[in-house]
Amino acid sequence: MVFVMLTLVFVVLRVMPGDPVSAMLGGHAPEKVIQQKKADLGLNKPIGMQYLDYMGKLAHLDLGESMIFKQKVSQPILEKLPATLELTFFGLLLSLGIGIPLGVFAARRRRSGRDYGARLYANVVYCIPVFWMGLLLQLVFGIFLGWFPIAGRTSPRVEVSAFSKTGFYIVDTLRIGNFAAFGDVMWHLVLPSVTLGIVLSGIFVRLTRANMLDVLKSDYILAARARGVPERRVVYNHGLRNALIPIVTMLGLQFALLLAGAILTESTFSWPGMGRLLLERIYLRDYPVIQGVIVVYTLFVSVISLVVDLLYAAIDPRVKY
Amino acid sequence: MPQLEKTILEVQDLSIAYPITIGVVRAVEGVSFTLDDGEALGLVGESGCGKSTLGLSILKLHRPPGRVTGGKILYRGTDILSMSDRALLKMRGQNISMIFQNPLTSLNPLFTVEKHFLETIHFHDASMPRERARAAVGKMLETLGIEKKRLKEYPHQLSGGMRQRIMIGLALIMNPDIIIADEPTTSLDVIVEAGFTDLLMSLRSIYKLSIILITHNLGLVAEIADRIAVMYAGRLMEVATTEEIFAHPLHPYTQGLIACVPNILVDQKELVTMPGSPPDLVDRPAGCPFAPRCPQVIPICRQKTPALIQHAPSHSAACWLYRQKEG
Amino acid sequence: MVAARFSPAGWIAALFRWTSSARRKYGGEWWLMVAGVVVIAFILTMTVFPHLFTRFDPNDQNAGSQMTAPSSSHIMGTDNLSRDVWARIVYGAQTILGVAIAAALLSAIIGIPLGLLSGFAGGVFDRILSLIMDSVYSFPGLILAIAFAAMLGPGVINITLAVAVVYIPTYFRLVRGQTLSIKEEVYVEAARAIGARRGTILGRYIFPNVIATVVVVLSLNIADAIMTEAALSYIGLGLPAGIPDWGMDLSMGKKFLPSGIWWMITFPGLMIMLLALGFTMLGEGLAEILNPRLLEK
Ligand SMILES: Nc1ncnc2c1ncn2[C@@H]1O[C@H](COP(=O)(O)OP(=O)(O)O)[C@@H](O)[C@H]1O
Ligand SMILES: [Mg+2]
Repeated sequence: MVFVMLTLVFVVLRVMPGDPVSAMLGGHAPEKVIQQKKADLGLNKPIGMQYLDYMGKLAHLDLGESMIFKQKVSQPILEKLPATLELTFFGLLLSLGIGIPLGVFAARRRRSGRDYGARLYANVVYCIPVFWMGLLLQLVFGIFLGWFPIAGRTSPRVEVSAFSKTGFYIVDTLRIGNFAAFGDVMWHLVLPSVTLGIVLSGIFVRLTRANMLDVLKSDYILAARARGVPERRVVYNHGLRNALIPIVTMLGLQFALLLAGAILTESTFSWPGMGRLLLERIYLRDYPVIQGVIVVYTLFVSVISLVVDLLYAAIDPRVKY
Repeated sequence: MPQLEKTILEVQDLSIAYPITIGVVRAVEGVSFTLDDGEALGLVGESGCGKSTLGLSILKLHRPPGRVTGGKILYRGTDILSMSDRALLKMRGQNISMIFQNPLTSLNPLFTVEKHFLETIHFHDASMPRERARAAVGKMLETLGIEKKRLKEYPHQLSGGMRQRIMIGLALIMNPDIIIADEPTTSLDVIVEAGFTDLLMSLRSIYKLSIILITHNLGLVAEIADRIAVMYAGRLMEVATTEEIFAHPLHPYTQGLIACVPNILVDQKELVTMPGSPPDLVDRPAGCPFAPRCPQVIPICRQKTPALIQHAPSHSAACWLYRQKEG
Repeated sequence: MVAARFSPAGWIAALFRWTSSARRKYGGEWWLMVAGVVVIAFILTMTVFPHLFTRFDPNDQNAGSQMTAPSSSHIMGTDNLSRDVWARIVYGAQTILGVAIAAALLSAIIGIPLGLLSGFAGGVFDRILSLIMDSVYSFPGLILAIAFAAMLGPGVINITLAVAVVYIPTYFRLVRGQTLSIKEEVYVEAARAIGARRGTILGRYIFPNVIATVVVVLSLNIADAIMTEAALSYIGLGLPAGIPDWGMDLSMGKKFLPSGIWWMITFPGLMIMLLALGFTMLGEGLAEILNPRLLEK
């Protein structure tokens, strides 16, 4: 799967019409300069050779060098990755935190007012473009009320170099015990992760509701009730735990949506993560970095699907390792 | 004789309906019967006639959107239908228990056998020390004839018969008075079924149980039940002792049911089946529900619904044929 | 009587009977669908007769003064170039609706035949195609669209292609799955026994069965495509300047957000949401009516 995806990335970026070098140097560069640059980047070789080169380097985790700046592709990526991970982590946490309870709430009384209410919430929220949600939150809580910052990971007064080590600011600030800076970092995380969390929660409401409805119909639920097990325990320990199995198996796909949402959130909140890096380098036409970022996203998705498989096996005793 | 014993459960004029989009399914209509202490009552009828709905309603667990539209269910004199939620939780499992048709799906696939037992004990007697609870479970497994090592296993690791035995164990662990068994053998094969019957009979005497056995298997009720109630389209058609029902069935429906059972004594070449099919429980017409299929139908059957009337000391039937003088 | 069945009045009567019985049967879902249809119809009218909705030209930089709040002359205010925000919304509907519908149709046109063929043919062809499609499917769609849009450059056709690529696997997987299950069903077996040619089996038996599901998915898909188009143009990858577009207007409004110019972002975003919601409601309503099990998966 990873292999196919990586090949696909190569095909999309190399075989598609458009010549990166002339695009980068502008239309008026002399032919000789263009040829020189192509040779530097290995773009004059036959396409098969290019593919082998690309895969060979990837195997050594070598993403090449930027076409614009004197830097390895991995350098900006490693700088930005923690920001994206922090954002997606909190976004996912929030969307699960909203979506699962609301889905359970709806499923407990099918076709009741609260069921329709929760379904309406799920549909409306799913149809809100992430970036618009972000802009609205910025407008209300950032501009009108002035409660939260609307851009960046830290305030200007906070000296990032004083604590930055891993790039995960939350971890870094806690590690050196700088709670003022920690508070500032969390304060900046609020609006972006709420944006991402709310928009994605709709999907989890739907997933949870549908699976809970199925599970609550099963015989073991009725049997548990007949033994005098209290309703809360029946719904959460018997019901939700079983409903989580199909939800977990679909987590991989939801994660793809989360990453897509994160790109738009980063762009809206000037969040210095991978998504913004990708967009910046697209404007600069820095092809190796674009490719590198997409490769990292691909690996990210693959790692997640592996984690999901492990999680699945951990929850369900019927699955053998 | 049964009249002398104490009544433990009394269902009075119970009606249950499922309002659905195309109408109202009247699954149980004006059902009344009693269950005596230590008695085994068989509830028989074709699939879809409301047996499960009736059985579940005794625990106030009829599935949504089902609603009780009238009647009472008295357990030792208190109406189950007006009990508080807390009292209901205590009653379920401790006074009245239920076992279900499908042992394969009646155990939570994510819980070990032990967890099922300990959970049940915990919610009925939170103060019981874990060791005592474990000891009680161990003793129960012995009674059921299941090895102790199975406690740590998950349902998918057990055979169907074993799961059904565990279901019974779970139902009995809090020592209830009444056990409702809803088609307990339908999904078991014949050999396992025989073992199950023996087990139920022995547990019945150990635990001094009253039993309501719901089934469409006349052979099984004949073996276990003291009395039999015949249900058709949500109503009771006939209630009598097991011997009476098989010896002198009054209601044409009961007669039909018995004729359908392949009889090993009479050399029967063909399987007799009743013509027609049970009526739609939505918007049913007036009169006896069995009238359209009844071979002995008379005009009044299509106009008025007959009530369940006692015709002999322990024999009641709801049929106009036996009431013409009054009707 | 027979003649009446074919007259327009007869058709309308039949339609009415069908709708009223459906309404009774499906309750809430029916209203969901009706609400969706109303929203879509409204915005569709907007794309066809924009001049009925506004007297301003979307690119008229002298429509009013700069960045005025909503008032009686400009119900949604004006933007930084003094253009009327409502006029830009009215004319922008053409862009987003056109791109989304064209993209969804395009991916259906590519994905459905591939799915039918793959499911029906089986073998190595099926294995390879499924592997590719599954990979694309599990990849974040927006990133794929961004990559394509970046490679292709701005333009209405290009953005449509970039959006379409994302959804091809959706149709492929759906149709392939259904083809596989229907293929096994008895009547197809029977058709094969009679000696129907492969083409006939595909066209006459499998395709009609798949179509109901496809209609639902198409509707839900357009909703998704609307948001993908808006996202692409919001991040500046979609369209050349000069074409009114909701996503582009939003990114323009973002620049003036810190000065509290709320109307430049509120209205275009609301329209994107409404349009996407319209198609979602239509799709969910249809799903419930055509096949209640579809959405619970
Ligand atoms: N949850 C439910 N919703 C609607 N109708 C139901 C429901 N459960 C049962 N019914 C209907 O009630 C009638 C009796 O069902 P049930 O009690 O399961 O019968 P039995 O156990 O005798 O087969 C049937 O017609 C069935 O369709
Ligand atoms: Mg039943």
